[in-house]
Amino acid sequence: MLIKLENVTHIYDQEQQIKALDDVDLEIEEHEFIGIVGHTGSGKTTLVQMFNSLIKPTSGRIVIDDIVTTEKKADLKHVRQTVGLVFQYPEHQLFEETVYGDIAFGPRNLKLSEDEIDERVKHALELVGLDFDRFKDRSPFNLSGGQQRRVAIAGVLAMRPRVLILDEPSAGLDPQGRESLRSLLRRLHKSYNITIILISHRMEEITQLSTRVIVMDQGKIVLNGLPKEVFKHKGKLESLSLELPEITEILFMLKERGCNIRTDIFSVKEAVDEIIKVIGSKENAK
Amino acid sequence: MLSDITIGQYVHSNSIVHILDPRIKIIITIILITSLFLIGNFWGFAIFLGFNLIVIKLSQLPIKKVLRGLKPILFLVLLTLILHIFMTRGGEVLFQWKFLRIESEGLFTGTFMASRILLLIMFTSILTLTTSPLQLTDGIEYILKPFKKIGVPASEISMMMTIALRFIPTLMEEAEKIMKAQKARGADFESGNIIQRAKNLIPLLVPLFISAFRRADELALAMESRCYQGGKQRTRLHIMKLATRDIIALLLSIGLAVLVSFF
Repeated sequence: MLIKLENVTHIYDQEQQIKALDDVDLEIEEHEFIGIVGHTGSGKTTLVQMFNSLIKPTSGRIVIDDIVTTEKKADLKHVRQTVGLVFQYPEHQLFEETVYGDIAFGPRNLKLSEDEIDERVKHALELVGLDFDRFKDRSPFNLSGGQQRRVAIAGVLAMRPRVLILDEPSAGLDPQGRESLRSLLRRLHKSYNITIILISHRMEEITQLSTRVIVMDQGKIVLNGLPKEVFKHKGKLESLSLELPEITEILFMLKERGCNIRTDIFSVKEAVDEIIKVIGSKENAK
Repeated sequence: MLSDITIGQYVHSNSIVHILDPRIKIIITIILITSLFLIGNFWGFAIFLGFNLIVIKLSQLPIKKVLRGLKPILFLVLLTLILHIFMTRGGEVLFQWKFLRIESEGLFTGTFMASRILLLIMFTSILTLTTSPLQLTDGIEYILKPFKKIGVPASEISMMMTIALRFIPTLMEEAEKIMKAQKARGADFESGNIIQRAKNLIPLLVPLFISAFRRADELALAMESRCYQGGKQRTRLHIMKLATRDIIALLLSIGLAVLVSFF
């Protein structure tokens, strides 16, 4: 078990007893790709900050990679090395004079040798698709927004985490930027065996990438399962003002109009196949 | 760690002191502080302290809160006291031990100065405790208005103060966020000696400054695109009007100032 939360409650306003997390139980295995959805204020960001102990819960127990982080003398350094966290708008945390320096900040804090740091920076830049020789000496503040975000993500990747958490990483990116981010996540998950936890408002992103979907509302996990299972609960999701992926929405509409069609499909290609199959068979029936 | 800092100590209430016109409160504060420097003996201070206590009572402020406000300057007060006691010469010798010598003049001036500082802070803190930052800036703008003729940019100054106050919580939030992000990359803000710690703050301060400048830039653009011009026939939502109670408070304060100045 990589991450385990037991009865975790977090109260952020003692006076008004506002709960950011309310009695959450959760287990995350190695090599999962988890998508977390929920509207603003549902506790997603608080939840993922628990995963690398940036916030301690008011009550409950958290175990990460066999370390009980809720205990007093937990080895937080190890935890933060195991779990990398990319915040919203991560480019706002860039501070060094050069791209190289900024990406090397994490590895330096791990007290690695210069050779190792060099190696990691090269690799991290390569992963996010920026050329090492062209970018290493440039100031991160002179890059475009998309490039800045990639440098910031590289800064987290250079820590070589086993779990990578991303909090709305595609916010404010153009379609091309989103696509390259998506393929990066896919690659990290498939080729580098990194466990990924993704918070996103784009259902397409969630359904195309994740192996498990968690839906949060008012600090509680309300749905938790395979994308197919979670997106069955159309009514429930709508009551939480969450949208279905557009493709699934269309299939649901067809079903409402009497088509005997599957609705657990999230990619355009599969949906086209299914529609042709169903409509085709109707034609045949006539 | 950052949540411990409270900005603007304003305590909301509807007491008579709270609802006084902010302009009058500022003027009263200036007058009485001036008088504090004219007081020549402890009787004056005693009267001033009595007045202070009455105002605190009227304002329904918890006295603890006012006293807590004195904490940060305690060091300054003690330093003044000690320096005066040992350094000021004159009068009879009260105590002598090797080179340390206390003379009556030193003791007197020391306690005198210390009381003056304490009363000064205590009285001004009543102003900030009972007046919201927004009211304060409005008041200051009004008071500075006559100085516009000699080129004091009154409305700009008050706009700057309002904006600064408005963005303090935003910047604190930002700081907390950046701190977390850097901690996630293994940054350490809590250990090491003082030089090390100062160095460790660079990954926090650089992004914070950059974001502050970016925000300032965006805000300036947003204001300009809505044709902002400082003070040009700007009307306001809350127009300040003097009430009888304001005049009475002002007259009382002037009376007190004159009275204590005789001591």
